[in-house]
Amino acid sequence: MDEFKLKILDLLKEDARLSPSTIATMLGAEEEAVRAAVADMERDHVIVKYAAAVNWGKVDDEKVTALIEVECTPERGHGFENIAERIYLYPEVKSVYLMSGAYDLLVEIEGKNLKEVASFVSNKLSTIDSVISTKTFFILKKYKQDGIIFEEFEDDHRLPVTP
Amino acid sequence: MTTGCRSPRDAGELNCKGTMTMIKEEEIPSSAVARKPRSDMKSYLSAGARDIPPSGIRRFFDMVSESRDGDVISLGVGEPDFVTPWRFRDAAVHSLEQGRTQYTANAGLPELREAIADYLHGRFKLDYDPGHEVLVTIGGSEGIDLALRALVEPGDEVLIPVPTYVPYKPITSLIGGVPVEIETFAKDSFKLTEESLRAAITPKSKVLIFCYPSNPTGGIMTYEDMLPIAKVVQEHDLIVISDEIYAELTYSGRHVSFASLPGMRDRTILVSGFSKAFAMTGWRMGYACGHRELIGAMLKIHQYTVMCAPIMGQVAALEALKNGMDEMRRMVESYNQRRRLVVQGFRDIGLPCHEPQGAFYAFPSIAGTGLSSEEFAQRLLQEAKVAAVPGHVFGKGGEGFLRCSYATSVAQLTEALDRIGKFISKLR
Repeated sequence: MDEFKLKILDLLKEDARLSPSTIATMLGAEEEAVRAAVADMERDHVIVKYAAAVNWGKVDDEKVTALIEVECTPERGHGFENIAERIYLYPEVKSVYLMSGAYDLLVEIEGKNLKEVASFVSNKLSTIDSVISTKTFFILKKYKQDGIIFEEFEDDHRLPVTP
Repeated sequence: MTTGCRSPRDAGELNCKGTMTMIKEEEIPSSAVARKPRSDMKSYLSAGARDIPPSGIRRFFDMVSESRDGDVISLGVGEPDFVTPWRFRDAAVHSLEQGRTQYTANAGLPELREAIADYLHGRFKLDYDPGHEVLVTIGGSEGIDLALRALVEPGDEVLIPVPTYVPYKPITSLIGGVPVEIETFAKDSFKLTEESLRAAITPKSKVLIFCYPSNPTGGIMTYEDMLPIAKVVQEHDLIVISDEIYAELTYSGRHVSFASLPGMRDRTILVSGFSKAFAMTGWRMGYACGHRELIGAMLKIHQYTVMCAPIMGQVAALEALKNGMDEMRRMVESYNQRRRLVVQGFRDIGLPCHEPQGAFYAFPSIAGTGLSSEEFAQRLLQEAKVAAVPGHVFGKGGEGFLRCSYATSVAQLTEALDRIGKFISKLR
């Protein structure tokens, strides 16, 4: 990808609400060029959506998140694609990764409570034919996700006026 | 007190009594006995300390602090808004864990001096011998102080292009030098011109303090701009203290060091440091480079006054030079983006703003509002809750301008520009 687009992505990654004209000023470019590049990236699904990064730990109705290591048998001709799809189509599944190492898929799942997650694993995930075994790990606290630190700390310790 | 102890605080009980037992009353010279405690504490001060004015920035700082308004956005900050990259901090933490808490060589850790010499060679084509020509100082500030003390004798004239960083002038005065301001102008992008330099030179001129990229104007000097200056320096046998603390924060082309101009290496004391480029202000890590005779003299003063720079800072600085270039470039790129935003913002508001090509300050003109810098800054703080430093504190030529640091988040900058815009339209 060209450098111009990468720079736009860098800015949007920090603040998705920056307007094309602000981005254009910051990069010393034409607003039209920024609009076109963003449109390109939206069309190519490089920019998938402009979502808020939420610290769910702060929200009252807390959720339970678990990471599940899934071992499964790949299918001839499809590998893990079909199994992954069968898993990621469930709305409670937040992410699915194909992994190297001791297991095959890493599944992140979110539920209202422990029971809901447990029931998903036993009723839906484990019953898929090619799934051999699962190991479930509950997340106790998120410190940092996608490069965003969730802890609150005062970020500007500077004196208001300095030489 | 009658025995001639100079001040109650300095003397202390023990000292006074000691003096009395050692010298019999009749042996005390009459002049010492006759000396009465002075009524005014100020009269104990040296003329130098008494006469240098407090920094204009300090006064403004107090005003902002007193306002105690959480809603004030400050564009008055002369330091990066980045915290020192974790990698550098971690290196210092690790060194503390390892028990590295001792003095270092007076001139600084040999490996740091080597890294500085390598860096200056790689970035700016400068050649310094790390053994004798590189001195690690406590911030660039100490480097400036040492250089002036090593060079200036009472009565020597020190040429200072202004508006500029506040301390050059008072330090010069403190050691008996005579600061000579050379005004620079927005129409020249605040560059020092050959004509104005020539016009300021007298037989007493000895030192030129050169600070580009400039605080507060953001002006820079290119190779071509500096050539005629170097010619004058040679002609009049001047020594240059080149404060290049903002070197890496140059946004059009690469910074050219004054010391790299033909014939200028041995006539220049290069002063720089880690504060701005590597976001390490609080570490107080700087360095000075130059001819071994000059650096040797500075080293003597340095070893008698501070021994050496703190070791933990030196360790962090070494890490910055070894593994910090990517972090540094990332930060510089971010300043550059905000620079464009702010300059455009001021122009949109209708404040003329020359294009700053270095440092992280914009220096818009507020002369058109009819207010003085001081009035403008004061009212901007009170009525629009934006703090910025009035230009006149940076010397002649600063009146009519406002120093605005753009080392602040995009959200804050946008909000500040919005407030300044509303304030201006209210004035009109």
